[in-house]
Amino acid sequence: MTLAADHRELPVLKERGQHEVFCGLTGIVWLHRKIQNAFFLVVGSRTCAHLIQSAAGVMIFAEPRFATAILEEKDLAGLADANEELDRVVSRLLARRPEIELLFLVGSCPSEVIKLDLSKTAERLSASHPGTRVLSYSGSGIETTFTQGEDACLAAMVRGATGAPTDANELCVVGALPDVVEDQFQRVFERLEIPVRFLPARRDAGATVAPGTRYLLAQPFLTETARALGERGATRIPAPFPFGVEGTRGWLSAGAAAFGVSDERVEAVVAPAEARARKALERMRERLGGKKIFFFPDSQLEVPLARFLHREVGMELTEVGTPYLHREHLDHELPMLPESVRLSEGQDVERQLDRLRADDPDLVVCGLGLANPLEAEGRRTKWSIELVFTPVHGYEQAADLAELFARPLVRAERLAV
Amino acid sequence: MKLSVWTYEGPPHVGAMRVVTAMRDVHFVLHAPQGDTYADLLFTMIERRAERPPVTYTTFQARDLGGDTASLFKRSALEAYERFQPKLMLVGASCTAELIQDDPAGLGLALGLPIPVVPVELSAYQRKENWGAGETLYRLVRACCSPEPVERPSGRGPTCNLLGPTALGFRHRDDVLEITRLLERLGVSINVVAPLGASPEDLARLPEADFNVMLYPEIAEPTVRWLAKAHGQPTVDAIPIGVSGTRDFVRQVAELAGTEPSLVQSILADAGRLPWYSRSVDSTYLTGKRVFVFGDATHAIAAARVATEELGFEVVGLGTYSREQARDVRKAAKALGLTALISDDHLEVEEAMEELRPELVLGTQMERHIAKRLGVPCAMISAPAHVHDYPARYSPQMGFEGANVLFDTWVHPLMMGLEEHLLGMFREDFEFVNGAAPSHLGGAPIAAPEPAAEAAPEAPAAAAPAPIIGELTWTAEATRELKKIPFFVRGRARRNTETFARERGLHPVTLETLYEAKAYFQGR
Repeated sequence: MTLAADHRELPVLKERGQHEVFCGLTGIVWLHRKIQNAFFLVVGSRTCAHLIQSAAGVMIFAEPRFATAILEEKDLAGLADANEELDRVVSRLLARRPEIELLFLVGSCPSEVIKLDLSKTAERLSASHPGTRVLSYSGSGIETTFTQGEDACLAAMVRGATGAPTDANELCVVGALPDVVEDQFQRVFERLEIPVRFLPARRDAGATVAPGTRYLLAQPFLTETARALGERGATRIPAPFPFGVEGTRGWLSAGAAAFGVSDERVEAVVAPAEARARKALERMRERLGGKKIFFFPDSQLEVPLARFLHREVGMELTEVGTPYLHREHLDHELPMLPESVRLSEGQDVERQLDRLRADDPDLVVCGLGLANPLEAEGRRTKWSIELVFTPVHGYEQAADLAELFARPLVRAERLAV
Repeated sequence: MKLSVWTYEGPPHVGAMRVVTAMRDVHFVLHAPQGDTYADLLFTMIERRAERPPVTYTTFQARDLGGDTASLFKRSALEAYERFQPKLMLVGASCTAELIQDDPAGLGLALGLPIPVVPVELSAYQRKENWGAGETLYRLVRACCSPEPVERPSGRGPTCNLLGPTALGFRHRDDVLEITRLLERLGVSINVVAPLGASPEDLARLPEADFNVMLYPEIAEPTVRWLAKAHGQPTVDAIPIGVSGTRDFVRQVAELAGTEPSLVQSILADAGRLPWYSRSVDSTYLTGKRVFVFGDATHAIAAARVATEELGFEVVGLGTYSREQARDVRKAAKALGLTALISDDHLEVEEAMEELRPELVLGTQMERHIAKRLGVPCAMISAPAHVHDYPARYSPQMGFEGANVLFDTWVHPLMMGLEEHLLGMFREDFEFVNGAAPSHLGGAPIAAPEPAAEAAPEAPAAAAPAPIIGELTWTAEATRELKKIPFFVRGRARRNTETFARERGLHPVTLETLYEAKAYFQGR
């Protein structure tokens, strides 16, 4: 993996207008499936509960490990009241779900605005409920956008850990991955003889990250988590993100190099998977090559995904919008984007829609609120939320990832009405 | 603080969005953080609307809070006006903005826009979606309509307004069409339908109608009440759901419109297929089916009536999540000898369903999921609804065609059950045994037989004595006999037998107990 020689800085269009994005509470939908001994209690309003049930769809009907403590008029009257109420709600909840070992109190817009100090509440509840660790983070829409909720959650886990330290000689892979992807990476690192652990783990035991730990970010949106890991004395292994063959190879090689494993060894281990993925991507290139794509800001996955679609299946990039552009974490990604791309950070959805219409791309990546109206305009869209719910990392998913973008185009070709 | 995993109703600003999204030429500027934009997807994904809701969110962030969220609001409103050129602007705040007290009402009015700016107070911490819709419609109507009596245009036939249908309503789109056709047959023309499809000018014309039809009281009631008071317009409040409901509605309309009695009679007589289908002998098995009804007040009350009077079911539970209309539901339940379940906690509803063991559930998408878990058939009667409940076909709930739809959609899940029973009855037959391929495919055995689904839970074969409280044990012989009873009465046979056995301390349930109980309950 070599960086482009010139460290040119692509210009970034910074926008401040209406955002059309989910807030960080949405992350609970995948985090509660991932961390199996955790429960997420949102302290918020009816809107928060409604948002999560709307985003989670039918998942809500399984016994979900999340709920909302809905603030009511009387809770807003006095803060002491709200704290007592929270104690009552949590006691009831833990009595009903004794298997919960980790409880997150998740702050929301209303709880932030009334300055409910959930970290203090978490401390108090941890003390009064032995057997359950209580942590807090904010998923509020005034502070977090969509995937930043996961970032805040993982940062809280790193900072709030008080258990036995981890082994500093283990590679730490940071970011919630679907179990199938985690297992694939686990096998690759085993073959490379690199001891590895994942944050978050499927069952969190509250282990403290040992100083000197080296970690790879599996997701591009983990700014605060990286900062928290830094505070614990851990260091990031700079790498591209493991999307597509190139990204996955760069990511694995960076990890391997940090652990003194040669690139030849990496080559030997990943060659079959890499060949498989390249072959599968060839077919996708036929469908996607030369097609223009436009990204609305959403998950912060936009830059690595655009890099993958451009370099591995030959898509043309018009605008790549992202809610937040973290230059340091994207240091291996940005140089791989073509100079013609329009990068935008933040959002003014109306102006962005104007630019979209002017660009007239073949495919638009956007949120659920915009998708059908754009389809009704005759545009083809890909819902961005699917990109965070579907296994898309690594070699085995490279073609699946491309297929997510190909499907709307294939469908449009099929339909005669 | 109220612990909630799921809510029947969204926050009140979603109700306001349902009203403005249904209308034309109105734009809503909502002071709200970015996460609140999720509400757009309710309309574009669940209802598959082709346009974005006409809503601008200010999407203020934490860093704005110390500064000037008020000027952010003003800027957003001005930009929205310039871009969308609405004829009326609604301004309001979602739950978070309500806390920062920026006064969107005052700010909106101070903009000096050349269009009416209408503020709505949504009380996010006390109220919910339906209330928000009702309040918003009321505020818009008050802003658009003169409070002074208006001259009704002369020289035309009777006219009315249809009030209540919104975006994201349960079959509102089709109900409006069905009721419009019915009114036309009665010689009544529609003055305005609101909010669905109405513009601010249309709202201004509301007082010109002779009377109002209140299709959905949850949303239309405050407006209808004001129009009655300020403009002396009488209200048709019969809900045209089911044959009897529609007939009541026709009579009310005819009286206000002075419709020719012979025409009214012919319309009352031409009531669609439900009455005949319900009398058809194949419907006999519907008699006394135990039904649990839950939904918004209007649909729940109407469904309970249709279930008992028009399909011959027995309503064993009736409830609503609409606290505002709880009184009407209590009354309807009392008339059926029941205590209404008034709750917006789906866990309580689930408990009631588990306890009552209905044979059919008529409810919302939440009841459908509970019913699925309990293995009980279910049909949808009310919002909140899922994308599947916005069918492509014409599928009203109201009017005589609506009654046809109710017959089909409520009986269909039970018919599926009948098919399963017939398969089960012939299970022992050589052609039906597991592993036998269908006879038209040669009847050769197929690999990997799967256990056939049992309609009744398998009872333990052993006749070991056990306490009479809790699960009763059935002997193997009695269990076999129970399975021979047609499934549509099997549930009742089982329940009656167990009640009989418990009361008499008979344990385990034997073949003898089964027939003793049968004789005892016959004709009771």
